[in-house]
Amino acid sequence: MTAKAAFYDVDGTLVRTNIVHTYAYYAMNRGSLLGIAGRTLGTVASLPLFAGLDVVGGRKVFNEFFYRYYNGLTEDRLVTLAEDMFEDVLKPALFEEAQDLIDEARRAGCRIVLVTGALDFTIMPLARYLGADDVIANKMQFVGGVATGKVIPPIIEGANKANSIRDYCVREKIALDKSHAYSDSASDYAMLAIVGRPTAVNPDFRLRGLARAYNWPILDLK
Amino acid sequence: MRPLKTLKKLYDEESHIVITEKGSPPRVLFSGEDFLLEDLPVGTRVIFPRPPLEGVPNVKAAIRWAINHPEGMEPLHALLRPGMKVTIAIDDISLPLPPMKTPDVRQTILEIVLELLADSGVDDIHLIVANALHRRMTDAEMKRMVGEKIFTAFHPDRYYNHDAEDPDGILEMERTAQGEVVAINRRAAESDLLIYVNINLVPMDGGHKSVGTGLANYDTLRAHHNAHTIRESESYMEPKRSELHRSVERIGRVIDKNLKVFHIETALNNRMFDDQTAFLGKKEEDYTELDRLKFQAMKFALSKMPRPVKRKLFHSIPAAYEVIGVHAGATEPTHEKILELCWKQYSVPVQGQSDIVIYGVPHISPYNVNSILNPLLLQVMGLGYLFNLNRGIPLVKKGGVIILTHPAYDEFDPEHHPSYIEFFNRLLPETRDAMKLEHKYEREFAKNPSYVHLYRKGNAYHGAHPFYMWYWGENGRQHVGKVIVAGAENNHVPAMLGWERTDTLAEAIEEAKGFMGRSASVSLVHMPPILQTDVKL
Repeated sequence: MTAKAAFYDVDGTLVRTNIVHTYAYYAMNRGSLLGIAGRTLGTVASLPLFAGLDVVGGRKVFNEFFYRYYNGLTEDRLVTLAEDMFEDVLKPALFEEAQDLIDEARRAGCRIVLVTGALDFTIMPLARYLGADDVIANKMQFVGGVATGKVIPPIIEGANKANSIRDYCVREKIALDKSHAYSDSASDYAMLAIVGRPTAVNPDFRLRGLARAYNWPILDLK
Repeated sequence: MRPLKTLKKLYDEESHIVITEKGSPPRVLFSGEDFLLEDLPVGTRVIFPRPPLEGVPNVKAAIRWAINHPEGMEPLHALLRPGMKVTIAIDDISLPLPPMKTPDVRQTILEIVLELLADSGVDDIHLIVANALHRRMTDAEMKRMVGEKIFTAFHPDRYYNHDAEDPDGILEMERTAQGEVVAINRRAAESDLLIYVNINLVPMDGGHKSVGTGLANYDTLRAHHNAHTIRESESYMEPKRSELHRSVERIGRVIDKNLKVFHIETALNNRMFDDQTAFLGKKEEDYTELDRLKFQAMKFALSKMPRPVKRKLFHSIPAAYEVIGVHAGATEPTHEKILELCWKQYSVPVQGQSDIVIYGVPHISPYNVNSILNPLLLQVMGLGYLFNLNRGIPLVKKGGVIILTHPAYDEFDPEHHPSYIEFFNRLLPETRDAMKLEHKYEREFAKNPSYVHLYRKGNAYHGAHPFYMWYWGENGRQHVGKVIVAGAENNHVPAMLGWERTDTLAEAIEEAKGFMGRSASVSLVHMPPILQTDVKL
């Protein structure tokens, strides 16, 4: 098995944003003034809760809780808004060198895969823009074209990112030990540890320490 | 009575050699960021560098004379015409070592050449640092090298580092008769004239190596930067006996066929130390009381400082090199002239080889300016540079022992040497076989997108560079019977390199004599400043 891939976390690794920015965009584009006010105020009011959950409950609990805020939004609106959201939020927040990093991996013969805890429809325009071959992302459950606020399991985060990458490699006949992974967060330790060539990108304090200890390269993307 | 000419010749050949006697003073040896003061066994041959040759009295005049009286080409002014596209490539921070006091000779040359270009109506000028697969120089380093005025006028759009991994920035020419890839910087290759400004510190530098290596990409470098070519080279410091240089010459001739290249080559003397550290360039026999006092004070102060502080201090002291000659023109005749000067400064005649050779390893190598001499660089200093500072015949006998004085600390700079860390920790435990390493791992490292990115956007050596460091030591590894690191602070670094360690130099000499026999001959090469042994058998 000689095919190899490069797996990229998105938030904080390729773009400066996180899923809160993404949701805030949806909240701000609710459609009616009342809707905008309601969702925005609701989101702002919940910020301390989000922060607490991220620290105490971990990224999985945070994401599960957070995605409930999508409840009631229609699928076609979410998909349409995703294109605008990419132009307005993600593209300006893209690290200038992110495209170089991806191009370098492609020249090295890697398949490009984005692995993110964000929702798939929010990430597709970015994936197309960067020239990614595949996306491993969370999928929102829709009933009758309306989001239920629940994510179809398994939720892509932490250890599940590593499982998803392993499954992907088996399915696509890709050598895990020759593949690369890039992330900014220690919460993605499993995803980094599972591949043969992990790299920390703009790492948080904990990941920087891990990268030093395991001799992983550290990139400071600008 | 012998004629004066004969006496002068004898003095010239023998004054650099001192045989240790009972009353000989202890010797000062570098040991990384520290110094050792060691008594050597009676009979030890101590080889000193030649004193610095006198610098040219007027460097600017020498440069002007050289570009107006070039070797094998028309004068530079006659090659210029208004509106032409000119690229000036300059050697990177690996030369000279340590960096010289400002103004750097590159700045002086550029000031003269840029003025000439402007007077000739040439506006389309780019300055490129010929760093090959070395790390990119930082803005501050680039500014120091060319001076504030040139830096402000050209940086960053027209003064930048060569990028060997830029997919659009490389132009491939025809291959050599041996099938070697010739791919160099596109801007340089597409210029009407390429001017290469070089510094020769040792004879390995310059000539065809300037453009053919400094502006090349990985595919071109792998033609000669490989274990096989290194094994075929008797010394990289003697171009005529180096397979590496034969390959570089083939590549260089293709470049010269396709591109007009005007070389401006310079040779420096070996005045590495001056002012407060000038005594380090002396024989210990010539130390004054004040010199001894200064040395003891320096040794004491260093012993109290943390290593990063000592490192910073050492890297902040520039060398007082002086220009001893400037030549310009076509690649080969220009380089011939400069090589003559290099030999005059560095070559020290020595009668016969030794069973045991001792080298003090300083804090600096060509690949760690403003950084750490990590274990791989210690290896390349010992078995690559110091071992190869000869004219085809190594100073140490085949199967002999090299003793290096260095702490052999397990420290790496993750910003400059990220791929070295993986090479040392992942590959060396598996094998030290250069052929196997090259075959199995070199390409993987060279193409690793993280290392490519760190080379292109950060200040990291290329992913293939730690392999080159290992190949560089291949000749020495094949030749010597044992390497001992005296004063190594740990066991594992010497062990990973396939070496042995002792606490002190005296123990290392004892161990080496145990290996080579009690009557083994011992030489100490008293570097730096640099010297190159010319061994007569």
